[in-house]
Amino acid sequence: MAALFVLKDQLFQLPGGDIFSQILTLIIYAFIFISIFYGQRIQLYIMLREVEGSLYKLKYIRDEGRRIAIETIKEIGKPQTDPTARVDRFLEYFTITPQSLDPAGIVWKLEHILDVRDARFKDEVRLLAPAADETQANNLENTLEAAMALNYIYKVIRHYYLLGKKTLSLYIIMQIQMILPLVMREAEAYASALKAFAYGQPIGDGVGALVAAKLMHGYPVRKVPKDCVVAEVPLEGRTAYVIKAEGPGGNVGKPGDAIKTIIEENEGKIANIIMIDAALKLEGEEVGEVAEGVGAAIGGPGVDQFKIEETILKYRIPINAVIIKEDIGDAVSPMRKEIFEAADKAIERIRQVILERTKEGDKVIIAGVGNTIGIGQ
Amino acid sequence: MSSGKGNTSPAARVSSFVLLIIFVTLALALAALVLAIYLYNTAPEVAVYWLLLGFIGLALSTYVLFQTRQRILRLRIETPPITTTIECRKCGFKSVREFQRGDYIFKEVEPCQKCNEKMIITAIYREVRERGKTPSFPY
Repeated sequence: MAALFVLKDQLFQLPGGDIFSQILTLIIYAFIFISIFYGQRIQLYIMLREVEGSLYKLKYIRDEGRRIAIETIKEIGKPQTDPTARVDRFLEYFTITPQSLDPAGIVWKLEHILDVRDARFKDEVRLLAPAADETQANNLENTLEAAMALNYIYKVIRHYYLLGKKTLSLYIIMQIQMILPLVMREAEAYASALKAFAYGQPIGDGVGALVAAKLMHGYPVRKVPKDCVVAEVPLEGRTAYVIKAEGPGGNVGKPGDAIKTIIEENEGKIANIIMIDAALKLEGEEVGEVAEGVGAAIGGPGVDQFKIEETILKYRIPINAVIIKEDIGDAVSPMRKEIFEAADKAIERIRQVILERTKEGDKVIIAGVGNTIGIGQ
Repeated sequence: MSSGKGNTSPAARVSSFVLLIIFVTLALALAALVLAIYLYNTAPEVAVYWLLLGFIGLALSTYVLFQTRQRILRLRIETPPITTTIECRKCGFKSVREFQRGDYIFKEVEPCQKCNEKMIITAIYREVRERGKTPSFPY
């Protein structure tokens, strides 16, 4: 009890003591009062400030992306008029995905929408850059798409920031603040992708195409639908149909259509399909690690994967996958040495799979999936 | 992406108002320090307060100035140099140079210096030096 009285005296000693201890006591009281009643508000402002800092960076990256896109168009495309207004319009371009209430046949609807989008983009690029050749036009299209992605990321983060500021809702701000490190990583990846696309440098995602290019180099190639090339390559006593998107312009092609064409040309007599693609690594895994599995290794909206799965099911063809691991930043930025070197390791794995899973004289399909920018054949 | 040249983005600019406040605070802090030195012999108790005020002002303005500079530096996106490897398939002669626009893997380039055969680009990549890669515990 006596101790409580001492504590009370110490806590409420405002009238006595020197001026400094009185001020200090007042400050402590004010601090406790503010923490109790305005703690959450202070936390909210700290979070808002953090989001604002990232928003500054996103704005800078977005502006730089726009600037690079415009400069590249002016440099390569030699347009008659200033392309700025048209680029700004392009950055706001959107695609509405098909209605999925009745999902039957949605893949074909989605494919059609994506084809229309692709055609529209190509037309826009031709109008923006009339002097660009096919390779340059493809690279420009990729540059604009990266600038578009940056613009979208910036706008979404700005939306949540302003909404949070307007409503002063901790939960709106908290959501965006929590995912911000991942968003920033993605934005920075797109930022480095911009220059790679503008200059036509190979990117990490193109490692699948690189593997195919290494296998087909020196053999005659022919075009297959859509935007792909194929070469018949003798490999370990088998005939390998090596497929990749047509390079060196920024292009992913439609490997689903290409694989289907080759299977149908051979009336389904394909012993095995091996797909090579870049895959997202988990933290802790090494960049350029090669792994093997089964299934159609292909990303994107899923149309090509669906087509491949439909065709292989029809002819009961086994499918294997070799993946090269990398993170999102490596996938869209200029190819890292580790990823480049992983291409040879992936070729070794392909040879192993062919030897183990097929017989001499068999026909196999090897499809290198990914953006073939900066990679010829 | 940017080397700092031609930064036109408003996000990369420092507000002149903020800079003005920083420099005014800095000037006031320096004035407080000078005043503290003058008062040290006549009124040392008051001089201590001015000294304290001066140091706080100095520290604050320097910190804000440093942070503003850091923000600009953080905005920059560094892109490591990209190298192109050119090889002669006949004699094995290899040369490495900086990437040039128009380079692509398997592109035929200038003839070999040794055997005059056409050389091809065999590799285009960037080298990344990762900082603090050694793990703090065995994963």
